[in-house]
Amino acid sequence: MADKITVGHVHMSGCTGCLVSLADNYGGLLTILDKYADLVYGLTLADVRHIPKMDVALVEGSVCIQDKLSVQEIKETREKAAVVVAVGGCACYGNITRFARGGQPNQPQHESYLPIGDLIKVDVYIPGCAPCPQLIRNVCVMAYLLLKGNKDQQELAKKYLAPLMQLAERGTEACGCDLMYDVVNQGLCMGCGSCAAACPVRAITHEYGKPNVNREMCIKCGACYAQCPRSFFNFDVVPEFEAIMDAIGAALK
Amino acid sequence: MAGELGKYKLCVSARSTDKAILKRAQDGGIVTQLFKFALEEGIIDGAIVAGPGDEPWRPRPFIATTVEELMTSSGTKYNISPQVSWIKEATRSFGLDKIGIVGTPCQMQAVRKGQLYPVGLRDVDDKIKLAIGIFCMENFSYQSIKQLVEDHAAMKMEAVRKMEIGKGKFWVYGQRGQVVQLPLKVTHKYEQPGCHVCLDYVANLADVSTGSVGSPDGWSTVFVRTRNGDDIWSKAIAAGCFETKPIEQVKPGLELVTKLATEKITKNQKTVEERAKFGVNKALRNPYLGPK
Repeated sequence: MADKITVGHVHMSGCTGCLVSLADNYGGLLTILDKYADLVYGLTLADVRHIPKMDVALVEGSVCIQDKLSVQEIKETREKAAVVVAVGGCACYGNITRFARGGQPNQPQHESYLPIGDLIKVDVYIPGCAPCPQLIRNVCVMAYLLLKGNKDQQELAKKYLAPLMQLAERGTEACGCDLMYDVVNQGLCMGCGSCAAACPVRAITHEYGKPNVNREMCIKCGACYAQCPRSFFNFDVVPEFEAIMDAIGAALK
Repeated sequence: MAGELGKYKLCVSARSTDKAILKRAQDGGIVTQLFKFALEEGIIDGAIVAGPGDEPWRPRPFIATTVEELMTSSGTKYNISPQVSWIKEATRSFGLDKIGIVGTPCQMQAVRKGQLYPVGLRDVDDKIKLAIGIFCMENFSYQSIKQLVEDHAAMKMEAVRKMEIGKGKFWVYGQRGQVVQLPLKVTHKYEQPGCHVCLDYVANLADVSTGSVGSPDGWSTVFVRTRNGDDIWSKAIAAGCFETKPIEQVKPGLELVTKLATEKITKNQKTVEERAKFGVNKALRNPYLGPK
């Protein structure tokens, strides 16, 4: 199909869990690849050696700055892709690679891992470890609507993607502490429990209706803060949940 | 934002036809009855409700998979139960494929945000089959409600039979029949601060939302909002679960609901605006403008 968008999966220092999450859309992924997007790059899925020009780059993993090729490839990704999406906690915030200490095989000098946003401008964030397949799917569908849709669809896609773009502008550090700094300390927490549900390592419990973060367990993936309805809540999108979910469902049929 | 009452397909005054439910219900037993029907019909295979916690009148999210379990959770507890915290666990440890959840308007907002932006809610978005919202002016921390009951109303928490906010007062009913009423002026300062930026009174994003306001004693006002909510509600009506009256024919009716909704939203909108100039050229965060 001529009007498909081109998408690539760029693999930095990550565990491939994000790619598995993308694949976990099963039939939905096949529909996306069938109707909406051509996969033009992807170490494990596409037989392409060098990063080509593409509409959307889904970047997984952080950048090891001692690895010249990684640094070169992330810069190249920015040059070649119209939209750069940081997929998963490592690309957004460093996540588990924040805890790399060097000394590991195979290259002991590999010890400094940066979220991609520390080296290039990133357009959209999908936090979480692993990022949720359904959020990756929604972002893919919205990216398609943004680039190929009619005027209404473009408007919707812009509104939908706005908070994920603002997350990218917000910075490259995340921690369970964000809940304290930017929600509880700001007088915004109302104790819904979203943060605890989103935490992949069960580091968050609720004490008398407020989050309690075990910071030793926190892997800094950013899921809790992004999930919180008091980090962002866009009245021009969420109340339309029924229509939007119908539209996404219909697009993937 | 769609008007202060949100979008809805249908609004009625209703109560359960089940005497056992009504006996324990806060008002018309809508939540318990609708979940009971949905459980029995296999529309949901479990519901996240506010069950009994470690201390008297302290709720905790509880996953009811049987009608017996459901019945232990009826009635309103005026303090925080982080309902959404179990929404992913419900699909995992409890193996639910069809989840029911009841919560306050903000919790319904969290559920819908979680469906559209499932950052950490893998495989949850299509499993939420019945979200029931309850009207809410504000909530309290457990310590606040304890202070109100034990200090202001001079009653032991374990001796309380029912708590209620209505007719401009906070009511505490004791097991032995005593009744204490506190003016809301007293309760205001105990409110949870996070509630003061909330712009939703009647759970605009639920499938079905309900609360006492607008209906006579023992009845509840019910808004049926989504296609899914409409489908379940009509099946429940057909099965004889509820007695209903047109909302236009009951007192005080929608007029009061609209009045209170407008009051809450206007007041809180003002709070949101005041936060923008809270300090000296320093603002507090506004979640409606984005995550920064």
